[in-house]
Amino acid sequence: MTTSLVRVSDLSIDLPLSGSEVVQEVSFTVAEGEILGVVGESGSGKTSIGLALLGFARDGARLAAGSVSIDGVNLLALPQERLRELRGATVAYVAQDPGTALNPALRLGDQLGELIRAHDPGRTRLEAAARLGQMMDEVGLPTDPAFLRRFPHQVSGGQQQRVCIAMAFLMDPRVVVLDEPTTGLDVVTQARVLALVRRMCTEHAVAAIYISHDLAVVAAIADRVVVLYAGEVVESGPRATVLQAPRHPYSRALLRAVPDLEHRRHLESIPGGAPAPGRRPGGCSFHPRCPLADDRCVSTPPRLLELDDAHQVRCHHADRTAGVAVAPPVLPDLSTRQSAAPALSVSGLAIAYANQVVLSDIGFEVSSGECLAIVGESGSGKTTLSRTIAGLVTPGAGTMTLNGQPLPAGVRRRSQDARRAVQYVFQNPYASLNPRKSILDILTQPLRVLRSLGREEARHEAERALARVGLSTELLRRYPAELSGGERQRVAIARAVACRPSLLICDEVTSALDVSAQAAVVELLRQLVDELGLSLIFVTHDLALVRALAERTAVLQAGRIVEIGQTASLISDPQHDYARSLIGASPSLTPSYADPDSHSYPKEAP
Amino acid sequence: MTDHQSVSAPRRRARGERFPTLRRAWRYGHTKAGLVLLVLVVLMAVVGPAIAPHSPTEFVGRPFAPPGQGALLGTDSLGHDVWTRVLYGGRTVLWTSIAATVIGMVLGTTLGLYAGFVRGAVDGLISRSLDVVLAFPQLVLVLLFVSMLGSHLWLIVLLSGVAIAPGVARVSRGMTMDLATRDFVRSAELLGLGRTRLLFGEVLPGLTSPLLVEATMRLMWSIGLIAGVSFLGFGVQAPAADWGLMINENRNGFSLQPWAVLAPVTMLGLLASGSGLVAEGLSRALALVSSAEMNP
Repeated sequence: MTTSLVRVSDLSIDLPLSGSEVVQEVSFTVAEGEILGVVGESGSGKTSIGLALLGFARDGARLAAGSVSIDGVNLLALPQERLRELRGATVAYVAQDPGTALNPALRLGDQLGELIRAHDPGRTRLEAAARLGQMMDEVGLPTDPAFLRRFPHQVSGGQQQRVCIAMAFLMDPRVVVLDEPTTGLDVVTQARVLALVRRMCTEHAVAAIYISHDLAVVAAIADRVVVLYAGEVVESGPRATVLQAPRHPYSRALLRAVPDLEHRRHLESIPGGAPAPGRRPGGCSFHPRCPLADDRCVSTPPRLLELDDAHQVRCHHADRTAGVAVAPPVLPDLSTRQSAAPALSVSGLAIAYANQVVLSDIGFEVSSGECLAIVGESGSGKTTLSRTIAGLVTPGAGTMTLNGQPLPAGVRRRSQDARRAVQYVFQNPYASLNPRKSILDILTQPLRVLRSLGREEARHEAERALARVGLSTELLRRYPAELSGGERQRVAIARAVACRPSLLICDEVTSALDVSAQAAVVELLRQLVDELGLSLIFVTHDLALVRALAERTAVLQAGRIVEIGQTASLISDPQHDYARSLIGASPSLTPSYADPDSHSYPKEAP
Repeated sequence: MTDHQSVSAPRRRARGERFPTLRRAWRYGHTKAGLVLLVLVVLMAVVGPAIAPHSPTEFVGRPFAPPGQGALLGTDSLGHDVWTRVLYGGRTVLWTSIAATVIGMVLGTTLGLYAGFVRGAVDGLISRSLDVVLAFPQLVLVLLFVSMLGSHLWLIVLLSGVAIAPGVARVSRGMTMDLATRDFVRSAELLGLGRTRLLFGEVLPGLTSPLLVEATMRLMWSIGLIAGVSFLGFGVQAPAADWGLMINENRNGFSLQPWAVLAPVTMLGLLASGSGLVAEGLSRALALVSSAEMNP
């Protein structure tokens, strides 16, 4: 390793209006050609740090103290004009959502050309065009001028992100900040973009800061990892050390909540939620959620301890975590028990709009007490399939049977009992609960309509349902806006379960949640399947989650089931090419997958 | 220093109160000032007749007498006491404009809900019909029918309501189009609820704040509209007292006795700006609250 190019020391960012600290005394260095992964939950200050590397603070925030140096020059001491020259040229930024990072009114070529004109006005048009072509080739995009004449909406999300990456590297920057650049992308596209980022950072010898909430992604790309909690660095060190032998209780808890593709493990959630700026507790900010916390953690903030091998930990009890295994014990894989008759059977289901086939010839069965996972990329038809079974979408052809009775297509044609027996939990808990209704109203409405309960009975059932999903009955008087995402999703599950369904359909129910809340929801669903004997259809794009939850898995591609079978055997020995590429592309914490150089992916088709 | 609460309740800042917009709006000076004006004018119109020194049709002096001699604000074109007539003249414009606003709000909201939810041809039909109504200046629309069907107060109220409805319908249609795609509406659909229950049970509660802003704004407009109709002589008929009518009756004597015109003008102005200020406060609060709801 060469000397560090980026040196952040004692950086503090605060909100002067409320006086609360977003980031406190964060220090790290990044060397040339090195990728530093910055991991943290939402609200941990990771994006604020990313922006500080551009000498920028969000509205209302202030870079209060410390320094951010690139090549020995402190950005925080530079005047605005100098910073403007640096941004985009010396320091480049790749935003989370390429759909909003690119100007929808400008052609791709114009957006890229603008950058050259701004930072290097001396270059001729021809030179600029040559540079653009070279860059397009590097990021695996078509080099022909026709592509550059397209508008952002005319290319795919993966291509948009490639354009953003090309834009970041266009002016030969020394430092690149990547803020969750793969969050909105499919697993296969994500794997390709990660491989691209890795290659570009190495080839251009830039110092890269990769910000993410996803440990598995960071495991796939970073050389060193910094773990943030409540605006502080709680642990930092080489990737292998931090991800395989972390010493801070928070890093360890975070890892225990991440599902494992290789083995089925119990997912452990972290109790409580991450504190927002201004509400951070004294002492060690993790102490209220920490299993090791004692009086000292409450009273004294721990200092960052230097362990071996450039490994730093901010914990009073770091010595107690040494040598203790992180991963929860491996559980036997789930397998289908012998069941008399299938609860739900679907056959010949097909939907086509105009010339586009959305679903074709879908057939499968789910037994009671069994979870079937439906896995596929966005656009594979998995949401349409789950909505068809729920009755929100009417198929063009096919039949469905529930508990031996035909299940009519479309909710309006179903009996009240059939509507009760099939319950659906939506992807986004921020949209599926009416913000104007109290939790009591949200929970009792289905009970009164579908189970014809009276007001008091419904209230009683609602209380039972809340207790079942592990929430306090105090929540009944609250409104959705007062609940965290994880709590909202549990309310949505309680609403469905209170109807005593025989089939529960969950559409990507954890994708809007952070990793700890996801662990809690997945474990809750598994418990419901086991205790209530209901059938669960779990739609997801995350294969590692499937392993923790589902007996059987169906892989959906372009509206067809290309492979269906027992989860464990499907993941360890996929038969279909597409299933194989999906599994190969899934980021995983396990070392054999974690080595970013062990897998190479074909260039994305234009 | 420890704060154990912070862990269990980091999201308290986004308290989902029952009426976040109203609470927020109350903090603005606009809203408070507007409400004070509204309360003053309404109070005057309601208890005014009880405290009036004369009868509105009693002759207390010569026409257009200046203030003094037992007439606080002088006399009008027929020698009635202006102060008495001001106290009496607010009731009609107040209840008619409120009634017109209610009619317009109910009509417009319902049409907008259906148009925005059903979309397609029904939406086209409703929206284009409303455009036709909107194409007429409101005053012309009211006068057109009043001149055909005669000058009845109920007709003026009804027509003012109809004139207001298209604007309300646009607001409610736009909001409905957005809300109707949300998953909580799908979720209610899965219960097998009919369209009317989906619209009024699920979508309408989400419209209350923007509709409240709309209502206060429409109230302001209908005050102007109905006062205008009275001024033109199609509303309340003499000798009854009415602010709009008073302006017309006394405008010829403006140079002799300006108070006979200024007093009703001031009252109408206070009433309209009161509701306008409340509308302003509410819409500012709404912008803040809804942007907070969009970005949780």
